[in-house]
Amino acid sequence: MSNIVEFHKVSKRYDGGREALAEISFALGQGELAFLTGHSGAGKSTLLKLIALIERPTRGQIIVNGKNLATIRRGQIPKLRQGLGIIFQNYALLNDRSVFDNVAMPLIFRGLPLDTVGRRVRGALDIVGLLHKERAMPLTLSGGEQQRVGIARAVVSRPQLLLADEPTANLDPDLAVDIMRLFGRLNEVGVSVLVASHAFELISRMKRRIIHLEEGRVVSSTPAETQ
Amino acid sequence: MAGSQRTAERRTGRRTSPLRESIVGYAREHLRVLLFTLRRLVKNPGGSLLTAAAIGITLALPAGLHLVLQNVSLLSYSWESSVQASLFLRDTVSNAEGEALARELTRREGVANATYISREKALAEFRQLSGFGEALDVLQENPLPAVIVVRPHTDHGPQQIDQLVRELGDLPSVDQARLDTAWLERLYAILDIVQLAVQIIGGLLALAIIITVGNTIRLDIQSRREEIVVLKLIGATDAFIRRPFLYTGTCFGLLGGILAWLLVSLGLWTLSSPVEKLASLYQSNYQLSGFGFGPSLALLGGAMLLGWIGSWWTVARHLGEIEPR
Repeated sequence: MSNIVEFHKVSKRYDGGREALAEISFALGQGELAFLTGHSGAGKSTLLKLIALIERPTRGQIIVNGKNLATIRRGQIPKLRQGLGIIFQNYALLNDRSVFDNVAMPLIFRGLPLDTVGRRVRGALDIVGLLHKERAMPLTLSGGEQQRVGIARAVVSRPQLLLADEPTANLDPDLAVDIMRLFGRLNEVGVSVLVASHAFELISRMKRRIIHLEEGRVVSSTPAETQ
Repeated sequence: MAGSQRTAERRTGRRTSPLRESIVGYAREHLRVLLFTLRRLVKNPGGSLLTAAAIGITLALPAGLHLVLQNVSLLSYSWESSVQASLFLRDTVSNAEGEALARELTRREGVANATYISREKALAEFRQLSGFGEALDVLQENPLPAVIVVRPHTDHGPQQIDQLVRELGDLPSVDQARLDTAWLERLYAILDIVQLAVQIIGGLLALAIIITVGNTIRLDIQSRREEIVVLKLIGATDAFIRRPFLYTGTCFGLLGGILAWLLVSLGLWTLSSPVEKLASLYQSNYQLSGFGFGPSLALLGGAMLLGWIGSWWTVARHLGEIEPR
């Protein structure tokens, strides 16, 4: 199995002097679903930010989908992000636009014909079970529904890699399980998924690989079959 | 994507070229942004109108001054057409030679017409107009020379007229050539200064419009900071994010331009009646001239360009500062 993400001795030190990641090396295989866990400040979010080029590493090499991120210039970052699906803890929806418009946004960047946009947006909303809410405004939805809109937006452009940063942190336990199962279903159709979550009990039940971070270092990487 | 294109081709029964597809996509995207921008402006009519009003009033000043200058220039052309030169002929030139010279001058380039006034006719006119009839009877001989009155072409400027009169003054039959254009030259000099002042004021006010639009767009960018961060996170290019702001600035410019046009036209309409009344007192049918089609388009186009520059300048400065963290 080839890797979609590779970290080679990657370190990240923020301007304030705090070292968020220290010589991390790991790989995420194509079509793999893995969880990043660890306490707050362990470096989970920083790791995802490095993959999405929200931050640049201080040292080391990161390869995403065969591309060395160090060679990507500022103007090429949007292209890289268009190939990713990113899901945020706070949903990051545009509240003055409908559910449909939010989900359609990544397709509009690409200038796809409107009928294609409509078909794919409805397909994505169907996957997350929100087809009946396409005209609703985000603030009229529950937290779980808003997070599912965020997931629909992340998958609508059919990314090869899905990154989720604490996607269940603001949700009650039942909704959190639903969301994690949704990631499992997306993974079954071939999408690679990397989820950062501190909800260890919840992710243990998913029986997938868990990468445990502590103070910016990988302290364990438990294969899925041992769960 | 390729699959959906093939489906579309099967449905329409024709192949779509990649170039045509990208042009259609580009046009569709711009139409989408235009409609989005107009919706946003309509949603906030108060703020939009205030910005447009500020631009309109700022633009109306140089546009109005330009129009005033244009009207004064038109008026000066009509004064210029009344300019005439007097060629005083030598005493040795006979009436037949004088008349022949006048006919010859009429055919000369730059001369609209030339009229010969003989010494006898000049004396008769002087006797009639001056009221010195009896005093003139005392004189042994006619002191007045024969004159050719030359009216230059109206499309000749002051310098060309000067040159023409100098050339006519050098003719062998001409003793002296006189042209009183000093007052017209002074007027042109004043108009040149005023025109330069209008250009300087126009330039400064254009800068003010750029700053006004830029500031409005800067506030818009700040109020949409979170939206910009989200768009960048999900892969929007700077061009995509910039586009609605550029359209907003251009729309402000257009609205301001329309308002300026209306304000200046209203001012012109208000002044036209008193000006016509004043002109009639001088036996003139002079009328104020308004914006033609071309200048109107130039005003609107210029206003849109200033709006675009103001928004582009601001977006270029501030968009790079907003990055996901």
